[in-house]
Amino acid sequence: MPAISFQSVSKTYATARGEFKALSDVSLDIQQGEFFGLLGPNGAGKTTLISILAGLVRASSGRVLVNGHDVQADYAEARRQLGIVPQELVFDPFFTVREALRIQSGYFGVKNNEAWIDELLENLGLADKATSNMRQLSGGMKRRVLVAQALVHKPPVIVLDEPTAGVDVELRQTLWQFVARLNRQGHTVLLTTHYLEEAEALCGRIAMLKAGRIVALDRTSELLKAASSNVLRFKTEGHQLPPELAAKARVTGRIVQLPAHDANEIEGYLAAIRQAGLRVEDVEIRRADLEDVFLDVMAEQKKEVLAT
Amino acid sequence: MSGWQTLFYKEVLRFWKVSFQTVAAPVLTALLYLMIFGHVLEDHVKVYDSIAYTAFLVPGLVMMSVLQNSFANSSSSLIQSKIMGSLVFVLLTPLSHWSWFVAYVGSSIARGLAVGSGVLLVTALFVRPQFAAPLWILVFALMGAGMLGALGLIAGLWAEKFDQMAAFQNFIIMPMTFLSGVFYSIHSLPAFWQGVSRLNPFFYMIDGFRYGFFGVSDVSPWVSLAVVASAFLVVSGIAVNLLRIGYKIRN
Repeated sequence: MPAISFQSVSKTYATARGEFKALSDVSLDIQQGEFFGLLGPNGAGKTTLISILAGLVRASSGRVLVNGHDVQADYAEARRQLGIVPQELVFDPFFTVREALRIQSGYFGVKNNEAWIDELLENLGLADKATSNMRQLSGGMKRRVLVAQALVHKPPVIVLDEPTAGVDVELRQTLWQFVARLNRQGHTVLLTTHYLEEAEALCGRIAMLKAGRIVALDRTSELLKAASSNVLRFKTEGHQLPPELAAKARVTGRIVQLPAHDANEIEGYLAAIRQAGLRVEDVEIRRADLEDVFLDVMAEQKKEVLAT
Repeated sequence: MSGWQTLFYKEVLRFWKVSFQTVAAPVLTALLYLMIFGHVLEDHVKVYDSIAYTAFLVPGLVMMSVLQNSFANSSSSLIQSKIMGSLVFVLLTPLSHWSWFVAYVGSSIARGLAVGSGVLLVTALFVRPQFAAPLWILVFALMGAGMLGALGLIAGLWAEKFDQMAAFQNFIIMPMTFLSGVFYSIHSLPAFWQGVSRLNPFFYMIDGFRYGFFGVSDVSPWVSLAVVASAFLVVSGIAVNLLRIGYKIRN
């Protein structure tokens, strides 16, 4: 039985300008114990999909199961299985950190949970903030409390929606070590993030979402293999790239990156650079990473849309 | 504690942590009403033959405080947590719509009764209270607080901004409370306005509540009980249904 099963999920919002289709027929199974990444540009539908899973938004059609429990028909059991870290940095200003955790635990009917609350506080570096009011915490600390609140009822399935957006390096390290440990202990993890490096390092499988559709779904290693295996990277001073290179290049300021499948292709690029008389420096060939794959997939989709 | 008990406890803790503002302030307001209206009108207004105006005023002020604070509790908690986004912590839980209803309305009753008891206690320093039929006092206090708690729940779900909530409070709750006979007996009104008052369920809450203190009222307490109980059931039915469909909280 999959830990999370999205079955033909669609969501249409009625807006002032007419209907907006946020999700089109998304089907996806995430197996028990997986560390799964959900990637996509802003507005691709990631948060809508997670909100449907959480029961915050109702799907227009299709169904979602968590460990076999329908998130609508059997919402109480489905929500017990789920620990969700919301994207927005929200908090209840009336309570201290420990009170907030006790209350969250109580909502799920978990009694005598102090030992686990202490462990969460310790592991997320919150032990010395336990008696601080939520209002007094910095953004990073509030984010940690959100993670603790999501885990307080020991859910088998953990969902992290952009958990590291705008947080410092230290928290990212602490958080990933802790979540990776929970994953090793058997918890299923679903992660959305903008940091593709994190997704590449952590996720065994990845789905890419664009305009409400799944456009890629595979093991992270397979996705990396399928993409151009290498990238030629160099810096250049304000000269125009030859058109045959410009069409393929990813340019960030002075940095130009060109996908290459083999040595011949790289030689071809270098020849074109020489011919155009470009002055280049810091030339290197590196292995393609998830960001390259992501950009490839998104670009292909754009071409397909233009072609149809 | 089970889920709904935790939500109830959290809602009580929420107002109790700021009790200076949520309990002490409304008690002071009621005391000011008593001192000013009681002092000015004592010799001019005679409502029932055997009862001084100040004594007549006290149960009305107590009930008015109960009603306004019960409404304020559920409505302000919901609108604040909706705007702050912290309602998500409750939305993500397995709590059923019945649990939500019981916890929000229960905590509103708790605040209404806390403020009402405070008003009664403080005004007792000025006017010696009588308790002709204490059970009626309790029944009407509970039902009035429950109905306004449920009404606050509806307003809290409906309102998206603080000014919408203020409009609900100023244009519906306040006029209905003030025009219900807090400060007067409806028998002192012209026939037309007596008729209008009889359409206001708040009138029956205050009249029945007052019966508990003096054993006299404008209408029979059984009639008041029937009206208030029906109004409570209707408002609760609407509130439970809005929670069930996730009105404005689950898209």
